[in-house]
Amino acid sequence: MGPVRRRRRGGGARDGAPAPDGARGAAPLIALAGNPNAGKTSLFNALTGSVQQVSNYPGVTVECKEGTLRAGDRPYTVVDLPGTYSLTAYSQEEAVARDFLLNHPPGVIVNVVDATNLERNLYFTVQLLETRTPVIIALNMVDLAERRGIRVDHTALSKMLGVPVIPTVGSRGTGVEALAEACAGVIEGTHPVMPTQVRYGHVVDEEVDGLAETLGGLLPADARRAALWFAVKLLESDEPVSAEVARLAGPRAAELEAAIAAAVARMERHYDDDAATIVAERRYGVAAGAARQCVHITPQSRRDTTEKIDAVVCNRAAGPVILVGVVAALFFWVFKLSDEWAWIPWPGGWTSPTGVVEGCFEALSGLLDGLRPGWPMLHSLLDAALVKGVGGVLGFVPLIFFMFLFIAALEDSGYIARVAFILDRLLRVFGLQGKSIIALIVSGGLGAGGCAVPGVMATRTLREEKDRIITMLVAPFMNCGAKMPVYAVLIAAFFPDRRMPLMLLLWGLSWVVALCAAWVLRRTVLRGEQTPFVMELPPYHLPVPRGVLLHTAERTWLYIRKAGTVILAINILLWAVMYFPRPPANADGTAPSPSEAVAHSFAGRAGRALEPVTAAAGFDWRVNIALIGGFAAKEVVIGAMATVYAMEEDAEDADASLSARLRGAPGWTPLRAFAMMLFVMLYAPCVTTIAVIRRETGTWKWPLFATVYATTIAFILAAAVFQGGRLLGLG
Amino acid sequence: MTAALKRLSGMLDGERGHIVRIGRTGPRGIRQRLLDMGITRGAEVLVVRRAPMGDPIEVVVKNYHLALREQEAALIEVEPVVP
Repeated sequence: MGPVRRRRRGGGARDGAPAPDGARGAAPLIALAGNPNAGKTSLFNALTGSVQQVSNYPGVTVECKEGTLRAGDRPYTVVDLPGTYSLTAYSQEEAVARDFLLNHPPGVIVNVVDATNLERNLYFTVQLLETRTPVIIALNMVDLAERRGIRVDHTALSKMLGVPVIPTVGSRGTGVEALAEACAGVIEGTHPVMPTQVRYGHVVDEEVDGLAETLGGLLPADARRAALWFAVKLLESDEPVSAEVARLAGPRAAELEAAIAAAVARMERHYDDDAATIVAERRYGVAAGAARQCVHITPQSRRDTTEKIDAVVCNRAAGPVILVGVVAALFFWVFKLSDEWAWIPWPGGWTSPTGVVEGCFEALSGLLDGLRPGWPMLHSLLDAALVKGVGGVLGFVPLIFFMFLFIAALEDSGYIARVAFILDRLLRVFGLQGKSIIALIVSGGLGAGGCAVPGVMATRTLREEKDRIITMLVAPFMNCGAKMPVYAVLIAAFFPDRRMPLMLLLWGLSWVVALCAAWVLRRTVLRGEQTPFVMELPPYHLPVPRGVLLHTAERTWLYIRKAGTVILAINILLWAVMYFPRPPANADGTAPSPSEAVAHSFAGRAGRALEPVTAAAGFDWRVNIALIGGFAAKEVVIGAMATVYAMEEDAEDADASLSARLRGAPGWTPLRAFAMMLFVMLYAPCVTTIAVIRRETGTWKWPLFATVYATTIAFILAAAVFQGGRLLGLG
Repeated sequence: MTAALKRLSGMLDGERGHIVRIGRTGPRGIRQRLLDMGITRGAEVLVVRRAPMGDPIEVVVKNYHLALREQEAALIEVEPVVP
């Protein structure tokens, strides 16, 4: 089962794509819904035993994940919806969650509720009850609650709300079996559930009932049971719902509108406040009432630890210093552990994880040598395109793994939200906002190891279109995992003793360029007011090792899979255009040299044709070939260079690494290497990112713009650095 | 014995109060968002701290920690609790 791709823009209540019911087959549907940070994803994993927890960045379950639960002998499909505070579709994900619940009413909604903070979580529960869909409450994190002196009487809560309440600890799997049984019971009809009808006091109720009755005849059959919810939404003047109901009402729209306006006016006159506030307050009233009766608190300071940490981490002076420290720690951790420290036993002593992978590919390359005399073309294909090309990419798996591990732990801990808090003011100067930082970090903003694809998708938490587009346009400047191999090879070749300072420099430059670009965009093509920033700072919690590892393994696997599929295919294609056509024999009958052969090929000609332009930035035709390949995926850059140099190789340096080969190659200088790194950092987003920007913006305008403007900036900067450096005598 | 109303943005770190109302100006949707996040009349609010650059402001409402910008905080009127 793949993820349910449900992208929705504008958030109309039922303007969406057709239900993927057919694909789901006969398995009944269980939906997990609840506030962000209530532990939905850990419960989802526990329920489905799934390894498919992907892309759940803080507050962003990018897509609804699906998994299968077996209870009794039946399979059930479980969907993990994005976290949401309310059924008011404020952000993109909230719209996704809400549309899902209303358009494809699941057999049962498992409402994951944070036991340590019942009242606010129940605000959402109350809205779920309004939709009259069967609900089961998973009272999650009861262990944490108890440690903080909070005891929730789940039996009383169950009686009050009319739905089963099951205490759980998602991270440890406690209560998961009972939850699965309850779900099966509700769906199979052995334990029917009738949620208590939420009452808001007679003045509001009267208006709700009146409107619901009018709506009853208008709504399609499967939405009719949610008539009360629709009525409440109309009283709140929820725009998408009003528009939807007006559409359904057709000729009676005006009549209905008048009825709504009259109801709102009566309520507002009675309470002397506006209707949305009245409804929200009543709802909190219900939630608070339930919480008061079911929660027993032993007085004890509740957010002790979080408070103590925040006093330091969000501190005016210490906060920014700690932030820089975290980034430095990330680099240290990643490079030392993956590459410099030899800590794995390996034939001939100890080596680093990177050494292990490289060793394997060197051995493989050695095995292929036997093919060279008899089948030169097959050898060239296998060795250059497969072993050197894909191997070059896979060599970075350890680095990527440790990077993801660190970032996943940080995400899990709650620190990323603090980063948004600390940096919001600064980012605002550049036309971004605190929440943009999450997209930028996911894209690789903490140094490296991110990916612009989930980064672009993470912009769904931003409410305003212009904020979203600006963030999408600058996120690809961050140093994603695919750019790391390029940096690593070039740094190893030309700056071997200055790894960390160079990485920090590249990190800093990516931010400077991204922020300047945002500043310019906000003042030119995307002029406009900025939007509000209201964000929760969730309590810190220790990362759950299992969750972090799952997350890391999943992302690393995606990287490996990409190397084995897309990148392999592109490498073979590039190899072909570098191999053919073969040059004719020389006049004296000897075979042409390997470098003559590559230069003679299609790719060699294309690369040469571009040389007059790219020479300004110090790129020769070989680099041009690699950079053209990099439009498809940045990983290809290093694979393609490895292929070119491997095909040109002379027998004596056949086994030298690409770094060693570049160091000895004519024309390469540290300055040129730096210009190339700069160009790779900034030029056009990869094809996948382009596709995602297209999907998220719904137009080709922005992805095309992104390609052109990014490549232009990249070329101008790379050329400026190269020419400037030469004037200063650095090249 | 009621203290003068203040805007949330004008409260000092560590100051406490009860929410009186949310102003009607400001961008569309922000009122509903603030309500959904727990900013309702009568709720107690505590200003915890400001971000290193003075903005946004961190507050506690209904046991939740929220970060909001001065601009949004200025919409919220609060009756400070006299210590």
